[in-house]
Amino acid sequence: MIAPLFYIFAGLAIVAALSVVLQRTPVYSALSLILVLCSLAVIYLLLGAQFLAVIQVIVYAGAIMVLFVFVIMLLNARQESPTDHSLFARRLGLPLLAVFLAEVIFVVVGHFSGTVFAAGATFDGGPGAVGGLLFRNYVLPFEVTSILILVAVMGAVVLAKKQL
Amino acid sequence: MATHSDLPLLLLMTLAKVVVVLGVLLTAIAYIVWMERKVVAHIQSRWGPYLVGPHGLLQPLADALKFLFKEDIVPDEVDRPIFWLAPLLAFTLAFLSISVIPFGESITIAGHTIPLQITDLNVGLLFVLAVTSLGVYGVALAGWSSNSKFPLFGGLRSSAQLISYELSLGLAVVSVVLIAGSLSLREIVEQQRGLWNICKQPLGFLLYFTAAVAETNRTPFDLPEAEAELVGGYHTEYSSFKFAMFFMAEYANMVTVSCLATSLFFGGWLGPVFGPPLVRSLLPVLWFALKVLAFLFVYIWIRGTLPRFRYDQLMGFGWRVMLPVALLNVLGTSLIVAWRSV
Amino acid sequence: MLEAYLPVLVHFLVVLALGLIILGLSAWVGVKRPSPEKLAPYECGMPPVGDARERFSISFYLVGMLFILFDVEVAFLFPWAVVYKSLKWPGFLEMFLYIAILLAGYLYIWKKGALDWSR
Repeated sequence: MIAPLFYIFAGLAIVAALSVVLQRTPVYSALSLILVLCSLAVIYLLLGAQFLAVIQVIVYAGAIMVLFVFVIMLLNARQESPTDHSLFARRLGLPLLAVFLAEVIFVVVGHFSGTVFAAGATFDGGPGAVGGLLFRNYVLPFEVTSILILVAVMGAVVLAKKQL
Repeated sequence: MATHSDLPLLLLMTLAKVVVVLGVLLTAIAYIVWMERKVVAHIQSRWGPYLVGPHGLLQPLADALKFLFKEDIVPDEVDRPIFWLAPLLAFTLAFLSISVIPFGESITIAGHTIPLQITDLNVGLLFVLAVTSLGVYGVALAGWSSNSKFPLFGGLRSSAQLISYELSLGLAVVSVVLIAGSLSLREIVEQQRGLWNICKQPLGFLLYFTAAVAETNRTPFDLPEAEAELVGGYHTEYSSFKFAMFFMAEYANMVTVSCLATSLFFGGWLGPVFGPPLVRSLLPVLWFALKVLAFLFVYIWIRGTLPRFRYDQLMGFGWRVMLPVALLNVLGTSLIVAWRSV
Repeated sequence: MLEAYLPVLVHFLVVLALGLIILGLSAWVGVKRPSPEKLAPYECGMPPVGDARERFSISFYLVGMLFILFDVEVAFLFPWAVVYKSLKWPGFLEMFLYIAILLAGYLYIWKKGALDWSR
């Protein structure tokens, strides 16, 4: 049951990801990205990480992407016009892409085994398990997060309200 | 893990439940609209719908037919794919969260015990919040794709409103989770057998309900469709059944939010149970329905009574009153819970 | 665990299909008599002035930013609330410190007037 669902949502994620890059209208790209994030949430779910899956939707698809859509609307972004073919992309980008692809293929071929799908049945990624880990074993990183958010809050206000 | 033999059975049972729940929900929505028109009319000393059927009871059917046969105007220069996608998104998401709401205990048919809930997730509450958080896109995209000024401003304002009150909604719910120690709605209801959460969390409930009214774009927070300044808000350019989809989505959201309020604060399906087995398993559904109906009535009552906020008041209230009070409520609740469990 | 999520998928597909059927049906049976006036964007009966997609106030952008940040905070509160009864006082102190730091940020944005929409 897990394998076919995985292939469906992984395929959806890849198609949507391609669409993020290939769409010329920014809003379409943003929508495709939302679809990528939601498919990823399902893949997390298939791995047993239930809590992470819903948080992925709430924080990424429901909060961060809202800001993206706002900004696209704010800047009144229209269709992109194709840029001049940049030398940078051709001389450096393509070789790097090839290296990256080779690396991914190497990892997948080298380490793939049939046991991956079974993880969902045994691994407990529910809210209780995450909470237990986060608030017993990883208290410091959690507290540091608050300072990170504090800095981000201040940064947002400073950037948006320069005159104050 | 479900073995292969009971997977088809699970799917079949789910499909049956989904069809029943959606059927009930759609009928309920039709009659909530009727109830709203009647109640608001009587508050304003009018009759309300009276001509189609006795006391206008067939009015919802007439409305649906009218929507269906109306001309579907797609203005020039709209972004067509997104103009179609927005109402579909609003509709789908609004009808999705009902799947984790428990509306009764369980019923036994032919030896199978069927829980009266489409599914009980151990992140159920967060699932509702996740679906709600995606609801912003229906509104924002409708406003953007219309390529017209009123929808754009309406869509923008309402998305800003939705995200602002989503925070308070989340925080108000956290205090219930602190008491219940679970995100499964079934467990949260079960845990209220002794005392309903409303007694332990009166402030939490007030915060939740206020935020919920704002989340569903209802008076006094119905700025997105403030007809005096924004015409129809984000759905100004929509007509025919595309408009009806937004309309149904709004009422479906009202039902979901009321179901959630019932489950979180008013003991869900809990209530006095007696009689033969079948009545025993169906009475909880009745209690649940009555509680939800009471909430819907309050919604309508508020609409008939209160004036609308100004936009800066609305945003100011969300960020400067709701958010800090909700945060303090969480801290206060946690203090009491820690005190009592020592 | 996973079979609890399968009904959600079924429910989603049914709702999506329902939505598509309704939209398709209304597009199919509805009358179609378009005219240039009907297809113009609605502007209270006047001919539309200028472009609809204008740039708008930075406040909306700011509220989006602040929403993300506080949403992350709320996301942390849920697992904490679930295990809270077993954490007891250390759990309270952990979250008290966390919220106190964020309240400092909240007071800062209040002082800076970012929450004042009448300006």
